[in-house]
Amino acid sequence: MKEYVPTYVGTVTKYVFVDSPDITPQTLATRAYEVSEGVMIKETCFGLQVTGTPEEVDRLIAHIRRMDPHHIFIKDRGFPPGDPRRCRANLGGARPGYYGHEFEIGLIRFISHGLDATERMDEQDYPEARNPRITGPGLDARTLKRLIDAEEK
Amino acid sequence: MVKVFIYPTTSLILSDMVERWGHKPLGAALQIRERIQTPGFDSPPLQMTPEDPKRGLRYAAVEVPSGVRGRMALLGPLIEEAEAAIVINDADFSFGCMGCARTNELVKLLIRHRNIPILELTYPRSEEEGVAFVGAIKRFLKGLGEVSA
Repeated sequence: MKEYVPTYVGTVTKYVFVDSPDITPQTLATRAYEVSEGVMIKETCFGLQVTGTPEEVDRLIAHIRRMDPHHIFIKDRGFPPGDPRRCRANLGGARPGYYGHEFEIGLIRFISHGLDATERMDEQDYPEARNPRITGPGLDARTLKRLIDAEEK
Repeated sequence: MVKVFIYPTTSLILSDMVERWGHKPLGAALQIRERIQTPGFDSPPLQMTPEDPKRGLRYAAVEVPSGVRGRMALLGPLIEEAEAAIVINDADFSFGCMGCARTNELVKLLIRHRNIPILELTYPRSEEEGVAFVGAIKRFLKGLGEVSA
């Protein structure tokens, strides 16, 4: 077995997806570089990947999210950018995980619309979601027995 | 700040919205990152070692395939750590990206057994459903903030 020496220890990597009529990944990258202060930034076709210490990345994310808060979406990533175990330059074909992103990016315009609309609404005016189910702590045995007893009478 | 388990654990939409409204999303990336950044023996691509299916025994029996137990070694600790959960029920891509239908069933079962607040939804297919979807998540997350405060 070969020894494994990790790289970028103590850093976090985040995806920044942009699906905006006004902002391209290039403008996002330019703005990110202006405030990067040591954060590694990789421009991609869908947005950016940013890698750095958690505090630095959070600061950068907060800054670029302000550009278009309803059309910029952030997600954690386990691997650093360009990692040979994940990068499609080494593997060929789409990067593992790409299909999930492709599916959700297809729906993201509905989310952007939802973010926009809910910001202008009161909480009690939100429409009911399709098949929502909110579960609290489960039914305890005593309550269940009481319900069964009530049914039997 | 409440730790919210998200399902699908690789969801961009859920991860973003939980973080956007001030909570911590618990997704697969956190566990993968921990493995990728820990020195040891080389075990590409995910640094999963033979120890992981053994850890998965905590959540699934020994006759269950090692793939399920290996996945549970990643997701089980997140479910234990979670203080709330958001589940999207019609996530068909999870068969590809997350890989295993049996693990997905087990994950949903374990979440329901945790007795924590759970919001279950389906993906929006129109702008109206998008408003309802975002509104439901916003209301749920705001409620969690009030409980934890």
